[in-house]
Amino acid sequence: MAETLPPRAGVGFKLEHARPILDDQPDVGWFEVHPENYMVAGGPRLATLDAIRARYPLSLHGVGLSLGSVEPPDPDHLAALKALVERYDPASVSEHVAWVAHGGLYFGDLLPVTIDDASLAVLCANIARTQDALGRRILVENPSHYLRPAGGERAELDFLAAMARRTGCGLLVDLDNVTISAANVGYDAAAYVDGLPGELVGEVHLAGHVEDPGDGELLIDTHSRPVPPDVWQLFRRLVARTGPLPTLVEWDNDVPEWPVLEAEMHKAAICLEAHAPSPQRRRSA
Amino acid sequence: MREPAAWQAEVAAALRAEDGAAAPAGLDAEDRARFRVYRNNVAVGLTGALAAAYPVTRRLVGEAFFTATAKAFVAAHPPRSRSLALYGAAFPSFLAAFPPARGVAYLGDVARLERAVLEALHAADAAPLAPDVLAGLGERAAAAGFTPHPAARLVASPHPIGSLWEGHRGGEGPVRVEARPEAVLVTRPGERVLVHTLSPAAGRFVASLLDGATAATAAEAAFAVDPDFDPLTGWRPLLAGGALVAVNLGDPQ
Repeated sequence: MAETLPPRAGVGFKLEHARPILDDQPDVGWFEVHPENYMVAGGPRLATLDAIRARYPLSLHGVGLSLGSVEPPDPDHLAALKALVERYDPASVSEHVAWVAHGGLYFGDLLPVTIDDASLAVLCANIARTQDALGRRILVENPSHYLRPAGGERAELDFLAAMARRTGCGLLVDLDNVTISAANVGYDAAAYVDGLPGELVGEVHLAGHVEDPGDGELLIDTHSRPVPPDVWQLFRRLVARTGPLPTLVEWDNDVPEWPVLEAEMHKAAICLEAHAPSPQRRRSA
Repeated sequence: MREPAAWQAEVAAALRAEDGAAAPAGLDAEDRARFRVYRNNVAVGLTGALAAAYPVTRRLVGEAFFTATAKAFVAAHPPRSRSLALYGAAFPSFLAAFPPARGVAYLGDVARLERAVLEALHAADAAPLAPDVLAGLGERAAAAGFTPHPAARLVASPHPIGSLWEGHRGGEGPVRVEARPEAVLVTRPGERVLVHTLSPAAGRFVASLLDGATAATAAEAAFAVDPDFDPLTGWRPLLAGGALVAVNLGDPQ
């Protein structure tokens, strides 16, 4: 399997959707999972993912490597990830601009990296370690912000481009994160999308968020809702420039029935189709 | 510019602080207030992992009590593994010793059973012994020992933990169960976890066999619990449940 995802719409795979997906085998471009949920010795989770992988391309989207951490990646975790990469031969492996552990303790949340040269050096060293250990390129996802970073969207774009240039990694662009950062810390979302180095973008994420119950100005990255209009608009803006990209609909909390998720995926697929190259060019691609 | 090491140490300390308003130094008032988003995400993520691992315990104590207990557990036993699939091994003993839960004697043991079910779910796969293996052993059966399946677990309790677990695994309301000691054998011969509630004597027999005792020694231990113990009540769930993967006949004496 080639180490890239097809430029089609995919869906975040949830175990509760295994039955409808494996029974009906809907036309889904690819599925993505958090590898941490499959770091177990045996049993039905692995068997289910085996069955999914036998029918669809798979993306492993990690949350545990702590690439932004001043501590290098946990060797046990990296070994467990490598074992899954060998078992599933995924079309893509990705992680986040974030740190999740400190002093050997895991926080279970993507914690904020300061957007500056010192953090960039730490991040690049960990990405390089990971790519060396896995023997492949990874994609790294832009953060969502709650605390105001030192610079604006331009500083973050430079940071991401430098990260990709120095390590050879690709970018995973989460457009919900861009929307959240625009609302929370004043990024110009359109300028962010326009400033992305299109040739480095290996995957797009679409998801929904909620308003903080205590502070309606603040958006929280919950992946618990349909993709909102703002995010669709950024998506159209991006693919109008880049052409079709592998695009994931993510829904991790308050997960709906499969048909709801499938319908969201179709919306993304229609948008990708609209920006596909002419049929002749597509054949030669 | 903040050094990443100092920044991460401060964020980590603020997240672990008991003070709910703790925040890293150097943030202005608005960012200090917003820092609680991370605090909340961490709490929801880790207590949510425990809630997913202990659904029956949660039903027995109610949502509010469970969340309070889970928060105290997370503070005392933060995870080290980046996979939360098996987080919370120490939760049953924590719950049993948690002062607000001490009035409910069976809680810790029900949680131990739930932990056994979770471990069985994620244990390594292995092919169980055929159920007719005993017949083939004949007289050699008494001296035989057995290799347990990686998923097999035995949880014994002075409380009716099997009945409580069975009665509260669905969404239904409280269930009345007879007060009695129960032992529960948990197995996963294929993709599904099986739960077998046993008498204390059968539980002792199964526990001894899973521990590596010979069939004769295991039976002796069970007869000490109940002179009327019927070995079939131990063998049946062991073999039907796929709790054993190999026979070890040892060297002939």
